Amino acid sequence: MAQSTKTAIKAVPLRHPLRWAAALYLVLVAAAFIVDASHRSAYDWKSFNKYIFDARVFKAAGVTLSLTVIAMFFAILLGIALAVMRRSPNPVFRNVSWIFIWIFRGTPVYVQLVFWGLLSTIYHSFFIGIPDIHFGHVYLGLHFAISQTASLYWLAIIGLSLNEAAYMAEIVRAGLLSVDNGQEEAAKSLGMSWWTTMRFIVIPQAMRIIIPPTGNEIVSMLKTTSLVTAVPLVTDLYARTRNISDEIYNPIPLLMVACAWYLFFTTILMFAQYFIEKRFARGHSPMIGVQS
Amino acid sequence: MVSAHEIHKSFGSNEVLKGITLEVKRGEVMCLIGPSGSGKSTFLRCINHLEKIDAGRLSVDGVIIGYREQHGKLYELKPSEAAKQRSGIGMVFQKFNLFPHMTALDNVISGMVRVQKIDKDTATKEGKALLERVGLADKADHYPAHLSGGQQQRVAIARSLAMKPKLMLFDEPTSALDPELVGEVLDVMKGLAQSGMTMVVVTHEMGFAREVADSLVFMDNGVVVEAGDPTDVLGNPQHERTKGFLSKVI
Repeated sequence: MAQSTKTAIKAVPLRHPLRWAAALYLVLVAAAFIVDASHRSAYDWKSFNKYIFDARVFKAAGVTLSLTVIAMFFAILLGIALAVMRRSPNPVFRNVSWIFIWIFRGTPVYVQLVFWGLLSTIYHSFFIGIPDIHFGHVYLGLHFAISQTASLYWLAIIGLSLNEAAYMAEIVRAGLLSVDNGQEEAAKSLGMSWWTTMRFIVIPQAMRIIIPPTGNEIVSMLKTTSLVTAVPLVTDLYARTRNISDEIYNPIPLLMVACAWYLFFTTILMFAQYFIEKRFARGHSPMIGVQS
Repeated sequence: MVSAHEIHKSFGSNEVLKGITLEVKRGEVMCLIGPSGSGKSTFLRCINHLEKIDAGRLSVDGVIIGYREQHGKLYELKPSEAAKQRSGIGMVFQKFNLFPHMTALDNVISGMVRVQKIDKDTATKEGKALLERVGLADKADHYPAHLSGGQQQRVAIARSLAMKPKLMLFDEPTSALDPELVGEVLDVMKGLAQSGMTMVVVTHEMGFAREVADSLVFMDNGVVVEAGDPTDVLGNPQHERTKGFLSKVI
């Protein structure tokens, strides 16, 4: 009987001298930049250290984070609703969704935020119900007054989330389209209703496609919150740091403070995204040796 | 069980079904054969209203599919009513269409839990019994991607059976399988036929048709060309088109 012999390959690995040279060069450049920056007076590191954990900055960072989380929360819900509506067999839903996306994706978010800030100037009250039917002075519906001091914080959230919802709707729509048509047919043939099919069959599968671009949108939203000054809301990270820099007549250290905080949040978000992606990859990870 | 009378169906200007009339009795196994594009799959999909018919009359167990008849007038069913009709008719697809984000067991009980609203414990117990029936008791926790084609199709059959259908439709259930996996699926279907299930099977498996089917229908170009006892149709076809088709596939 022949004995099989295994001879491991011993070879000199391919060398990459240019990669090493390039890496070394870049490290040197970076080191030079850092050493220089640490001495450069314009950066004013003393102020940076003083304000990075300043109570006002800390609070402003909280405002930025809460704007991001709350606006994104509503944007995702509304985005899913809009995307599902666009696929609905009901033409009323389809058209409402299309028009919403057309308007909110078609105009700049900065301009929209300015409009929301002017809401109380344009409308003094709003009314839910049937406007022309009334019995004497009793109308069929609910009346809300918009006070002149309507919370700028919530106007900012409305502005950010409605704009973002239009983008989320397109992301969710792409996810829904990625699910094979046979899935819907199989669900149908089991007697599932359209909504049950969406909720338990189509949307969970679409999530795998939806999550990576949504993570991107959250990071993008974190930075878009710096535009709320258009409303004008001035309690967020960017507006607050600008405000403080007026006190010390040097904008640079406070810009660095703002950047450090933004970067800190996006780093956390990137880790969170990694774990969520893993969760929704169920049934897709390769498992070697089970195929039989 | 299935009663079809002069069924017509077009996709745009392309008439796929040109007047199909046939009858499937309770407990009968009917095989539909014919070249691709002959309309057999479309006809099958009409039976559980995945496709709407344009003309004719189609009923399952005495109930018109997709419509309600009142005072001699037909009314389109609400989606919820149509869904209820479908839940009594099992369908097995060529490409299995298992839900990839659910384990085999969750696939099987999905209809019980989401449609029939059976509590999860009872459904799980029944689901496990069904997986055992198709020989996959040990694969309950596997995701579809980790099962072979034959195993996936058997899970799909179990998933349909979970709804306790009165009629099972099979749309080329073995066409997407590797040749060595066809047998295990046909065995499950054979067992189902022996248990008295009414089945309509679109297939290219002539051996299965000969052995298991009570009746065989040869379709071509949207019409029924020949129908009858499988041994007769396969052994002694009367029409030229049947002869031509069979000479190529057997």
